[in-house]
Amino acid sequence: MKDKRCTEDEAVAELESGMTIGVGGWGSRRKPMSVVRAILRSDLTDLTVVSWGGPDVGLLCAARKVKRLVYAFVSLDTIPLEPHFRAARQSGAVEDEPYDEGMFLLGLQAAAWRLPFLPTRVGLGSDILRDNDRVRMVTSPFEDGEELVAVPALTMDAAFVHMNRADARGNGQYLGPDPYMDDLFLGAAGKRFLSTERVVPTEDLAKEGPPQSLLISRLLVDGVIEAPNGAHFTSCDPDYPRDEAFQKDYAASAKSPEAWAKFRSTWLDLSEAEYQARLRSAS
Amino acid sequence: MSDQLHGLVDRADVCVVAMAECFRGDGELLANPIGTIPMIGGRLARATFEPDLAVTDGEARLIANDEAFDWPDGKVVEHFNPYRQMFGWVWNGRRHVVMGGTQIDSYGNQNFAAIGDYARPKVQLLGYRGAPGNTINDTTSYWVPNHSPNVLCERVDTVCGVGYDRAAQLSEAQRRFHEIRFVVTNLAVLDFATPDHRMRLRSVHPGVTVEEVQAATGFDLPVPDEVPTSRLPTPDEIELIDTVIDPTGQRLREVPNP
Repeated sequence: MKDKRCTEDEAVAELESGMTIGVGGWGSRRKPMSVVRAILRSDLTDLTVVSWGGPDVGLLCAARKVKRLVYAFVSLDTIPLEPHFRAARQSGAVEDEPYDEGMFLLGLQAAAWRLPFLPTRVGLGSDILRDNDRVRMVTSPFEDGEELVAVPALTMDAAFVHMNRADARGNGQYLGPDPYMDDLFLGAAGKRFLSTERVVPTEDLAKEGPPQSLLISRLLVDGVIEAPNGAHFTSCDPDYPRDEAFQKDYAASAKSPEAWAKFRSTWLDLSEAEYQARLRSAS
Repeated sequence: MSDQLHGLVDRADVCVVAMAECFRGDGELLANPIGTIPMIGGRLARATFEPDLAVTDGEARLIANDEAFDWPDGKVVEHFNPYRQMFGWVWNGRRHVVMGGTQIDSYGNQNFAAIGDYARPKVQLLGYRGAPGNTINDTTSYWVPNHSPNVLCERVDTVCGVGYDRAAQLSEAQRRFHEIRFVVTNLAVLDFATPDHRMRLRSVHPGVTVEEVQAATGFDLPVPDEVPTSRLPTPDEIELIDTVIDPTGQRLREVPNP
C-alpha cells in the first residue's frame, strides 16, 4: 500500500521551469498556499499558471515566476481586484490567455477526459475570440450544423489542490461550502498533489463528513502534503476563515517595490514552519 | 427637485423596486442578481409577485429565506448549488442574471475585463468572468449604481457581455437565447425597445429629469415622447424591505439619497 506523504519542497522539486501548473481553489478560497510559498522559494521561472485566480496568481506574478496566465478572473473576493495581477498585466509582464468561467470549466473537463476540446455556445459574440488565439470555432456534424466555440483542453504538467482532510493514500475531503473544480485540476494534470489541513486514517474520513464530501480519490493523487493552516491567508471553511487583516497587508504590498520587498522578506523568504511560527507570534 | 415625491421616498427603494420589476414574468427561474440592490430586488420580487423564483445565498446554496444578507435564524436550504452547478443552470436556460459593468454601451455590450488596449491595458479589472456565457445563454439585466458617461459609454473597450449589435452578427441559432432586458441605474431604467435594439430611456426615478439622465449618458439616448416615472414602492413593499429583506439598510449605503 502506497504512503504518498511528502513535503511542499519535495513536491516542488518535481517541477521544472517552463511547466504548466494548475492551482485549485477559487479566488481567495481554499488555495494550496503553502505550496505556492514553496514555489516562491524555488528557482522555478517561466511558469504557465492555470487558476481560478486569487492571491496565488498575484504572488507568483509579483515574484516573477509567471510567463503566461490561463484564467477567467483574478480576485481576492473581499478586495475585488488583485493588485499584483493588475500590475503584471498593466506592465505587460505576463502573456494572457483569458477564458469565460464556463469555458474554463470545459477546458478542465476536456483535459480530464483526454479530449482535445469541448464545444459550447459560450464566447460567441464576445471578444474572447479576439483575445484568446487558442479558442477556435467548430461546426456541429449533425443536421443542425450549428457553429460553436471549441474550448481547448487545459492540460497541465502538474496541479495542486488543498483539502480539509485526507488520508496518506490521497483520498481527499472538503468540508466547506463548495468543491470548486479541484477534482478536475487533478484529472487534467500529469503530476498531482493534494495538500491537507490534517492527514487522518482512512476509517476516520467518514466521521468528518458524508460520503459526498469525499471529492478526491487516491486514483487522482501522487503526493499528499500535510499542511496545517496551509491555505492561509485564504479561507478554509470550516477550519478557519480568510485572514482579512493579513490579506489587506498583502494587497498593500503592491503599492511600491519597497513595500513588496518588505512583505517578501517578512513573510516569504522563510520556510513554511517559520511562516507559521511567525503568524502565531504575530497574533 | 420640484417633484413632490422627492424627499419622501428613498432613491435606493426606487432602485430596489425597479430591480424587482426586471424579474416580473420570469416564473420558476433562478434569479441571480449580483450586487447589493440587485440582491434586495430579487428577494422583493420573490416575496411579492414572483413567488416561484429561486435565489442563492451568494455562495453555494439556493435558499428560501426572504432576508438578503444575514440569516439570524439560519438558512432554509432548497438546493446544493456549487459553482459547477451554476454553469448547469446557465447552459440549461434556467437563469436570469443581473451583472454590473465598468463599461456598458448603447447596444448593451458590457466590459469588466480591462480598460484600454486589451493586450496591454491601462487598467486591468477582473477578467471576463462569466459574462460571455451569461449573455449568450440566458436573459441578462444590468445594475449601474453610478450612472455616468464613463460607465454608459459609446463603445466598450472589450466585449465581455454580448450586446445586441454583436448578437445580430451571429446566426439565428447562435443568438436564440440572447436577451438584454433592462439596465437599472441610480437615475433611471433603460431598455432596448428600439428598432435596432439601441438602449433607450424607459423611465426616470422620482426627482430626476430627462436632461440629467442624458447628461450622465455617454451616448445619444433615445427618449420616448412621454417618459414615465419609475414605479414607486408600495407601503407594503417598503415595510418588507425595511423589516425583513434589508433591515440594516445596506441599500442606502449603495445608493444614498441625492
